[in-house]
Amino acid sequence: MSWLLVYPIVIPLLTAVLTYILRHNPAGRWISVAGTLALLLTSIMLLASVIRDGVIAAQMSDWGAPFGITLVADYLGAVMVVITAITGLATVVYCIGEIPERLERQGFFALLQVLLMGVCGAFVTGDLFNLYVWFEVMLISSFGLLVMGGTREQLDGGVKYVALNLVSTVMFLAGVGILYGITGTLNMADLHLAVREVENTGLLSSVAVMFMVAFGVKAALFPLFFWLPASYHTPPIAVSAIFAGLLTKVGVYALIRVFTLIFDQDVGYTHTLMLWLAVATMVMGVLGAAAMNDFRRILSFHIVSQIGYMVLGLALFTPLGLLGAVFYLVHHIIVKANLFFIAGVAKRIGGSTDLSKLGGLYAHAPVLAFLFLIPAFSLAGFPPLSGFWAKFLVVKAALDAQMWVVAGIALAVGLLTVFSMTKIWGAAFWPDHPEGAKPRLGDIPVFERLAMMLPIGALALLTCVIGLFPEPFVNFAEIAAGQLLDPSDYISTVLGVQP
Amino acid sequence: MELLLAITTGVLTAVAVYLMLSKNLLRYLWGLVLLSNAVNFVIFLGGRLTPGAPPLIDEGDYAPAGEVANALPQALVLTAIVISFGLMAFALALIYRTYMTLGTVTSTEMRIAEPRPRKPESDE
Repeated sequence: MSWLLVYPIVIPLLTAVLTYILRHNPAGRWISVAGTLALLLTSIMLLASVIRDGVIAAQMSDWGAPFGITLVADYLGAVMVVITAITGLATVVYCIGEIPERLERQGFFALLQVLLMGVCGAFVTGDLFNLYVWFEVMLISSFGLLVMGGTREQLDGGVKYVALNLVSTVMFLAGVGILYGITGTLNMADLHLAVREVENTGLLSSVAVMFMVAFGVKAALFPLFFWLPASYHTPPIAVSAIFAGLLTKVGVYALIRVFTLIFDQDVGYTHTLMLWLAVATMVMGVLGAAAMNDFRRILSFHIVSQIGYMVLGLALFTPLGLLGAVFYLVHHIIVKANLFFIAGVAKRIGGSTDLSKLGGLYAHAPVLAFLFLIPAFSLAGFPPLSGFWAKFLVVKAALDAQMWVVAGIALAVGLLTVFSMTKIWGAAFWPDHPEGAKPRLGDIPVFERLAMMLPIGALALLTCVIGLFPEPFVNFAEIAAGQLLDPSDYISTVLGVQP
Repeated sequence: MELLLAITTGVLTAVAVYLMLSKNLLRYLWGLVLLSNAVNFVIFLGGRLTPGAPPLIDEGDYAPAGEVANALPQALVLTAIVISFGLMAFALALIYRTYMTLGTVTSTEMRIAEPRPRKPESDE
């Protein structure tokens, strides 16, 4: 059983090695698809196992917790692995249609698998220092993916991305060092118990803020988000999509994990701070998006804005708030990656992502226009799509906590989201192309068209399913939130009898 | 000894922050190198210092006799050094490549990915 926890790390690693060896061979990309498919299957098995047996844990090399490295999956961790595999598979398939052979020969698909390994590792680890290591794995592969191809824009964006993320890394490490100095342990379950015996609570809150800064940079929280809109619109679209879907969400996941499991002592200070940062993040992101005039740059700023909602759910620190945060996390990954994919197709047939150079997509590519409306409306929170339920839950949680102002701002930000989505619609889809071109989907060769449209359709379908049948997903998120607020299962599984 | 290391850490951090406030990317990177070394000291100090007692176990024993140095922070620092070495090497290569392509290492002159919009906006 414990092997289920190792598969999400080992399978991408093996796939990465194989695809790197076969990078000059067309078979390499198919191995990449097969490997990601295997990752998806095993992650679903992991999820099923967690649903059946509750939290599962595995001690690496049989070093019992808290001394060795523990891998552990609760509801949240398991569902994040599944969603990583889904996004990974969609991206790999999309890459077949988009990525030029030149990049493929440089080992593009291998780096993509290493990225997936880092993300999955971060979701299943139960050890703080190990989390740092997975962050690094993720970071170094994302550096490579971001600048691969080496255009001027990519290098410019890449420098900012690298520079600010390295600061976050150093901050994280310093936090880990000080926390270890205070408590003498790095196992997250053990830390939950150890921080309760710390007398110097002021020092603990300081460390908590260090973690907030470190993960805040990763999650693109206000005022630490500048690297994101500076870089996310520069790499190939598929890379933008997987970054947009997964990377910032790992930061949010880490915030949720650390601020429910470890730093839940001084909620009045840390979580209130986080609440207002979340509100500022929502507002700044959506205003930034309103000012942009490029398909991908609008979407990049929207990531920032949406991160605010998730962190808001966490900062409220109520069962409903966390439920909303978990639901939002899952919904957002699917929708955001999908919007970037659509931007990629629009670029392919329309020739640009600059809104002033796009047009005529509704008249000549109605299928794409329809598929755009699903995630765009979902992002803005139109019923009955998934985003409606996500926003509804978070806003309801804010109202229940009697945070009238916060709830009002969250709703207003939703309205502004609609504004920038209609801006894309009104510039890229509705009017004629400024140069009179007829951007048709049929212009893309059949095989590549299939590879690019298949992930878009599948993710849109998933958005509709979550929107139309939200009950099982909400129930799931409710249990996940319950486990976060009362981690006794998590702790007894990790520290208790050997599995 | 703790005091000396703590002061060293503080000085390193101060120098690092000063360097990282520079517009020149290379200075920024040197600042980052110093900062990551300061953090390594923090981890090392976090494990408490036990001078002159290596954590060695005598042959046939299961545990070291008496109080010995904490080996875990050393393992953590070692890992951190290796990782930051890789990251710094990448960052240096990236800055070199950026210099070759864009012809500058001054961060304020790098506006290709985010060209100045019609209205002035302050980034960074």
